[in-house]
Amino acid sequence: MPERVNNFAIKIATVNGTGSASANSLLMKSIFRSGVPVMGKNYFPSNIQGLPTWYEIRVTKDSYVARSGKIDIMVAMNAETYARDVREVTSGGYLIYDSTWPRPALLARDDITVLGVPLAKLCNENFNGVRTRILMKNICYAGVLAALLDLDVAKIRELLADTYAKKPALVDSNMKAIELGYKYTKENFACPLPLKVAPQLLEGGSKTRGHIMIDGNTSAGLGCVFAGATVGAWYPITPSTSLMDAFKMFADKMRVDPESGRKNFAFIQAEDELAAIGMVLGASWNGARAFTATSGPGVSLMNEFLGLAYYAEVPAVLFDIQRVGPSTGMPTRTQQCDILEAAYASHGDTKHVCLYPKDPEECFYFARDAFDLAERLQTPVMVLSDLDIGMNDWMCPDLKWDDSYVPDRGKVLGLEEIRKLEKFHRYLDVDGDGIPYRTLPGVHPKGAYFTRGSGHTQYGAYTEDSAEYQIVLDRLTRKFHTARRLVPKAAIEHDPKVDIAIVAYGSSDGAVREARDLLGSHGLTTNYMRLRSFPFGEDVEKFLEAHKLVFVVEQNRDGQMRSLLTLETRVEKSKLRSLLHYSGLPISSEFIVKGLLAEVEPKTRKPEVVPATAKTSGGAA
Amino acid sequence: MTFLPKPKVRHPSLPKNALGLTRRDYEGGLSTLCAGCGHDSITAAIIEASWGLDIEPQNMVKLSGIGCSSKTTAYFVSGGHGFNSVHGRMPSIAMGANAANRDLIYVGVSGDGDTLSIGLGQFCHAIRRNLNMAYIIENNGVYGLTKGQFSASADVGTKAKKGEVNQQPPIDPVLLAMTLGATFVARSFSGDKQQLVPLIQAAMRHKGFALIDVLSPCVTFNDHEGSTKSYEYTREHYDAAVNADFVPFQKEISAEYAAGDVLPVVLHDGSRILLRKLDASYDPTDRAAASMAIQERLKKGEFLTGLLYVDTNGKEFHDVNETPAIPLNQIAHGRLSPGSAALAKVLARYR
Repeated sequence: MPERVNNFAIKIATVNGTGSASANSLLMKSIFRSGVPVMGKNYFPSNIQGLPTWYEIRVTKDSYVARSGKIDIMVAMNAETYARDVREVTSGGYLIYDSTWPRPALLARDDITVLGVPLAKLCNENFNGVRTRILMKNICYAGVLAALLDLDVAKIRELLADTYAKKPALVDSNMKAIELGYKYTKENFACPLPLKVAPQLLEGGSKTRGHIMIDGNTSAGLGCVFAGATVGAWYPITPSTSLMDAFKMFADKMRVDPESGRKNFAFIQAEDELAAIGMVLGASWNGARAFTATSGPGVSLMNEFLGLAYYAEVPAVLFDIQRVGPSTGMPTRTQQCDILEAAYASHGDTKHVCLYPKDPEECFYFARDAFDLAERLQTPVMVLSDLDIGMNDWMCPDLKWDDSYVPDRGKVLGLEEIRKLEKFHRYLDVDGDGIPYRTLPGVHPKGAYFTRGSGHTQYGAYTEDSAEYQIVLDRLTRKFHTARRLVPKAAIEHDPKVDIAIVAYGSSDGAVREARDLLGSHGLTTNYMRLRSFPFGEDVEKFLEAHKLVFVVEQNRDGQMRSLLTLETRVEKSKLRSLLHYSGLPISSEFIVKGLLAEVEPKTRKPEVVPATAKTSGGAA
Repeated sequence: MTFLPKPKVRHPSLPKNALGLTRRDYEGGLSTLCAGCGHDSITAAIIEASWGLDIEPQNMVKLSGIGCSSKTTAYFVSGGHGFNSVHGRMPSIAMGANAANRDLIYVGVSGDGDTLSIGLGQFCHAIRRNLNMAYIIENNGVYGLTKGQFSASADVGTKAKKGEVNQQPPIDPVLLAMTLGATFVARSFSGDKQQLVPLIQAAMRHKGFALIDVLSPCVTFNDHEGSTKSYEYTREHYDAAVNADFVPFQKEISAEYAAGDVLPVVLHDGSRILLRKLDASYDPTDRAAASMAIQERLKKGEFLTGLLYVDTNGKEFHDVNETPAIPLNQIAHGRLSPGSAALAKVLARYR
């Protein structure tokens, strides 16, 4: 294999609950700290201990954030999945396995290099206790990889010291395991491999400078703290739970009143998702910034309340960390399969504002925007993240907070304003933008009104009168039209000379960006629109109009965004073509390249080019 | 709040409370329930109780689910915000609203269908959280709006208007609340305003979840012979164990009751409930004994009424959550958002 510095992918196959997560994050972070961009994806089972689990680390000097679709080095630590793990290695790649036990089947491929390291034997000789030996065996493979990839062992120690600052004994035992693997590998194999990591710290401005590695649930939870959310109500569900955990962790540190020691937030674990969203509505209705986090099954349960919030015009912020459906589906695998459910949640004519963050960085900012929009528009706002964004660490530019930020609390009448009113009418379109004024309980009796999900007039009274009912329903349409101007605009790259376009959203963005570079090297140039929100703005209409052929890339079976575009824009259905990835694994750039090439004959076929020469347009920057 | 609205009718002879408001100022929209509905009597009792407690109307938050009972929150205290939510989900709305602003008085009105069937889960968990609210069940054993189906509180052997006999055991909200650790449990009858008004006042002032199960006959679908929730049956089988008089902090205890008959319970704000025990053996501060007594009577087909259990030392939601005295919805953004310097420190963990 020719030398490929800082540009390859490793996959590690282990057993859930054996401490491999620590080893994997150790490896990833040590590469990140050496100034080399890296991507990490965890494919884990819905299980606590015993089932197969994989971790994919992509070392990517070009700062790509998606899977390439190819595995160059496989660390096969799980006998149960050996066979498929062997198959997955790219021709010319490497396979590392625990040679304590002979695995003749591993030699079935002669186009890859198999490296056997007696990991169990090394650990059994050097550590006591069954559990310790199992854990250390996994740390040990990190040492093997450190030798093969030329990682800086001092950096690994530094990382361990950070991780186990409160348990120094663990630093030494972990280092011992690292060194065991490292030493054996150095002594028995030619190190490093042609696939290796070269630190980029000394180059003028490394690509990791000004970046962090963070998952989207953590950044969204952090965003809620900074946006001033005071009520978080939720029911545990994978993969959203860590968002609430993060909110609580940060709030416990940064939201405790220094004088009284009291908490400037309420954190409520509800009895189910129905109650969770009810609590959010109650709190938002009463003037607090309130939110919940859930996944598809939770959104299904919340439908009734979401309809009430739409019709009674109550703000709410909901994070939907999408996972594989239908039904319970595969709870620990990723998909973008709640697009339609979210857009039209609940019975009757309902429509909801949705935001589609592409990565953890955008989760942070969209958390803030979601509260502003929900209060401005007096309606639920759903942030549709997914498991890939929410639970994997992504390299992102440093999160920034503008201290001059003033929350948009929307049209809430204060005491003085209510006093001056002759009479308060809750649902009257005073300003012509479809957004009425609201009042909060406890301020003034003249501001009191009766919130209801039953038919009401623009003055807030109960009605079964057709005309009165329609006045309110039509105003809600106008309000949704106003929302089109307020939601985040699509990110568009449009060269008027190009008539083929890709449309994508959310976590597919990284794979699309890389795929466009690769397609460019095949002689196929594409324009790109990343949808960031629903309802769609005029910019979306224009972009779709301007193209002859539009590929809609999505991670679901039914092409849900394509459906939404067909329903909600003027676009001709026939020119929207779906590229659908719904295996439960994050979409890869390779999938998109193959899919597009299968449908479009590039104008000028250039010879196949190694991706390494592709121009960078991806990455988090 | 210093502003007081003008009374709708300023008749000089109407009595005024400490805020200068008459009972009319605590009224709401016109009831659309059937003539003679027990629920309207409860509405009248809530109006009386609120007026008597000198509650600023805007400080009352009225919450309900779906059903005949849930409509009634529109019929009292129009100066307070109302939230008529979805079926069985009022407790979660109340929880969120209370979390946002702990200073207001939360009054929930629900029915036996709304609470004991579709809303049973939320009802139980509101009790577990000791959510600070008065929760009134207008209990008639029947679904009114959908025309006469049995509810989960219908007694075994009770007869529907069309003749069907209920064979499933009832869920008794009072016993359930006792089991779940409720800190204020009362039962009353819509026809007994004298008993009901002080109970509602005490429930509004109680710190924590205060349940009042009010037997409230449905004149249209459940007031016939053979029904155990009719006016006639209820009057015959209802027995007051402990009557309560509510004494606001500011007022003197009236000397009507001889010491010894009266058990005073002091609430967190200094108000008192004077319990007048009609049955000497009944102890409303002993959860196990009270539960036993209620069950004994139920076996005989009788309802013990009054303030059946009270515990003023329970921790309510905000005590457990450790929220500050200032309502969360009134904390300035500057005190909520940690700022850019704090963010920079957080990011160090992710390098």
